[in-house]
Amino acid sequence: MTLEQNVLAKNDAIARDNRAWLRKRDAVALNLMSSPGSGKTTLLERTLTALARSRPAAVIEGDQATSLDAERLRRTGAPVVQVNTGAGCHLDAALVRSALTQLDPKTGSVVFVENVGNLVCPAMFDLGEQRKVVVISVTEGTDKPLKYPYMFAAADLVVVNKLDLLPYVDFDLELCVKHARSVNPDLTLLTLSATTGEGLDTWLNWVAAQ
Amino acid sequence: MHELSITQSVVDEVRSRAGERRVHRVRLEVGALTAVVPSSMLFCFDLVTAGTVLEGAALDIDVTPGRAACRSCGVSFDLPDPVLLCACGSADVSVLAGRELKIVSMEVG
Repeated sequence: MTLEQNVLAKNDAIARDNRAWLRKRDAVALNLMSSPGSGKTTLLERTLTALARSRPAAVIEGDQATSLDAERLRRTGAPVVQVNTGAGCHLDAALVRSALTQLDPKTGSVVFVENVGNLVCPAMFDLGEQRKVVVISVTEGTDKPLKYPYMFAAADLVVVNKLDLLPYVDFDLELCVKHARSVNPDLTLLTLSATTGEGLDTWLNWVAAQ
Repeated sequence: MHELSITQSVVDEVRSRAGERRVHRVRLEVGALTAVVPSSMLFCFDLVTAGTVLEGAALDIDVTPGRAACRSCGVSFDLPDPVLLCACGSADVSVLAGRELKIVSMEVG
């Protein structure tokens, strides 16, 4: 019996529904992916605080366990839904669909989806986001894009974080960019420090343009 | 181990088409450039099929090699990994094959 069926068809169909659901609200989702400890949550804290004056924002927070990150982000005043995946190593479209229903984002919102810290598994799953953003920090090593090529190939934007630590670590920014472009020639890259705020304006402008 | 949820998707799809009938064999096409490890899928398949009409079924995985075409020099070449680089030095290449992830067929009866 011939099937010729895409394995991820069901996930992708739900992702398309999520995208349409968001569009009806004039909202977009941004899927943030990285290894654990890259600074995603700090970047989101700064971003939500900055956006508070200009645009409604909300967060879907994916972690294997605890609601520590969600509690941190709620202090910014933004609505946050925590999704605990348990043993699951990535979010999928169905998890995001139920989180969106719970979140009930305002018209015109930007919904940040903070994926489970993992540079492998989340790459394959469309969640219904507008853009995939990969965050990498200068403490992680120049060759990350070559070691985890699928993640960087899936990215629309790469954010290089912890720029303030560049003088103290052995990280070649130019070479890292070259590596990232070797698996994804169309990649947009920007550099910042979520801690000091350096480069944050460029990131906020990029978010505003989505 | 995202192969577990991917294998679960395969089994869900096959079960919905098989109904009550026993499934003896499932054939997949997995591109060499997808982030899926065939041996992990084989491992997950036995776990996910236990107690279903697929229990004991064989899983055949055909791996499609990566192929790309260079927009700079026009040559087509094999792509052993996701690094998009032509021998001419150009990174302006388009992937022709190797990103497939499909259930090709199943044997029921």
